[in-house]
Amino acid sequence: MSVLLPVAVAVIVLVAWQTYVSVSGISSLSLPSPAEVGASIIANAELLVTNSWTTLQAVFIGYLIAVVFGVVTAAIIHSSRRAEQALTPWLIVSQMIPLPAIAPLFVLWTGFDLRPRLMLIALVCFFPIAVNMVDGLRTADPALLNVLRTMRASRWQRFRMAQLPAALPLTFSGLRIAAAFAVLGAVFGEWVGSNSGLGYLIIAFNSQLRTADMLGVVVILSAIGIALYGLVTLIERIALPWYHVERRRERKK
Amino acid sequence: MTSPKLSVRGVSKVFEGASDGDDVLALAEVDLHIGEGEFVSIVGPSGCGKSTLFNIIAGLLEPTTGTVSVAGHDGEPLLGSVGLMPQRDLLMPWQSVLDNTSVGLRLRGRSRRAARREALAYFDEFGLKGFENRWPSELSGGMRQRAALLRTFLGGHDLLLLDEPFGALDALTRRAMQSWLLGVWGAHRRTILFITHDVDEAILLSDRVYVMTGRPGGIALEERIDLARPREHAVELDARFTAYKHRLIAPLDSSPVAAGKD
Repeated sequence: MSVLLPVAVAVIVLVAWQTYVSVSGISSLSLPSPAEVGASIIANAELLVTNSWTTLQAVFIGYLIAVVFGVVTAAIIHSSRRAEQALTPWLIVSQMIPLPAIAPLFVLWTGFDLRPRLMLIALVCFFPIAVNMVDGLRTADPALLNVLRTMRASRWQRFRMAQLPAALPLTFSGLRIAAAFAVLGAVFGEWVGSNSGLGYLIIAFNSQLRTADMLGVVVILSAIGIALYGLVTLIERIALPWYHVERRRERKK
Repeated sequence: MTSPKLSVRGVSKVFEGASDGDDVLALAEVDLHIGEGEFVSIVGPSGCGKSTLFNIIAGLLEPTTGTVSVAGHDGEPLLGSVGLMPQRDLLMPWQSVLDNTSVGLRLRGRSRRAARREALAYFDEFGLKGFENRWPSELSGGMRQRAALLRTFLGGHDLLLLDEPFGALDALTRRAMQSWLLGVWGAHRRTILFITHDVDEAILLSDRVYVMTGRPGGIALEERIDLARPREHAVELDARFTAYKHRLIAPLDSSPVAAGKD
C-alpha cells in the first residue's frame, strides 16, 4: 500500500501531463510529452548510464567527506562552550555562500577535474549534517549523564554510551536532507566545472534545444535522488532499531 | 550508632541568585546518619530540598558548608562512592534491558558477556524475566522502575540513594512495588536512603524516618520505626503505624510549603 500511493500519484501526473500536451498542441521544444521523454531515455540509455556513473561517484565521495567533516565539527562544537561560540557563525556562513558564486572559484582553485565537484557537494551536505548532529547531541539527558558519573564513567564513556546514541535520530535526519542536497550539489558542480556527468548532459542538451532529452536526464536525476534518500533511510532503519520500535508504539497509542 | 555508613554533618546549600534574584538558601544545616544495612527514608514536600540533598550526597553538587562522608570510601571523591537512582528511570532507549541493567558492571571493567551473565541472574527476582533482549520502550512503568533499580543495585555501591522511585506509578502498582522492594532489600541488605513524599510509604519501608521541611530545607524530626521485620502491607493497619504517622505528619502539616501557602 505504501508503495502504491506514490506510484498512483505519479500515474495521475503522467496522465495529466500527456493529456495537456496532446490537447494544447504545445511545441515539443517547450514541453515534450511523457512519451517523448520516455523514448529519449531509452534512446540515450548508454549515454545516461556512463554519465550517471560519473555523477554518482562524485555524489558518494562528496557525501562521505561531508559526513566526516560534519560529525567531527558537531563533536567539537558540542565539546565546549567556547568551541560552540567560535564555530557556530562559520557553520552558518558555510550555508549562506551562494553556490553559483563559489562553484567557479573552486574550479579556479583546483582545476577542471573531480575535486571542485567534491568540494561543492561536501559544502552543500555539510551544514544539515553538522547542525542536526549538534542538536542531537543536546538531546542527551543530563540526568542520565549524572547517573553514569556516579558509576565513574569517563567523559569518553559518557559520550559513547549516552550522548552519541541519543544524537543519532536527529543526525540521520540531517543525513537524509544532505542526501537530497548531494545530487543538487553534483549537478551544480558539473555545470561549472565538468565535461561529463548528468549535470553536464543537461547543459549540452539545453544548448541544442533538445528539451525531451533534458527532461529525460532530470527524470534520471530524480530517480537517483530518491534512491539515495531511500538508501539513507534504510541504513537508519538498520542502525536504529530501537528508535523505530518506539515510534511505532507511539503511533499505536 | 557505631561508625555510621553515611555521615552528613552541617550541610547547607546556597544557590547564587541570577542577575535579578537573591541567593536562595536551599538547605540549612542538615545532619543525618545512616548505619550499615539500614533502610532510612526522608519524607518531605516537593521543593523542600530533598533532591538537592541527594545530589550533594552523591557528589554531583558541592555543599556550601558541611561535610559528607561515606564509610569505606574515606579519601575518595564522593562522586562514584554512592549509587543514585533519580526519579525518572533514565534507561537508555538504545540498549536492551539486559545491557541497561548491566552497565555498571561494564563500567567497572567486566566484559559485555560477563556483565550480561551476572545481571541475568537477577532478572527473575526483579520481575524482568523474559525481557532481557527487549527495548526499554517495551516495558511497563513498574518494570522500568525495577530495571532502573537493578541497574542501581549492580552499580557497585554499598550505599544507594533512591529518589522517589515509585512516585510516577499508579497506587496499585506502587503497593506491589513496595512489597517487592521489601523482599529484595531483605534478601540483599544494602544500605538505602530513600526519598518519598508519602509518609505511609516511609513508615512501611524504613528502619528510621527523617522528616524534612522546606524553604530552607532542614530536618524537622527523626523517628525510629520499631515495627517487626519482615514487614507486609498488613502492618499499615497496626495502631502503632498510625501513631507514627501522626507524629511524622505533624511538622509537614504545619509547614508552609506543604500547605502550598508560599
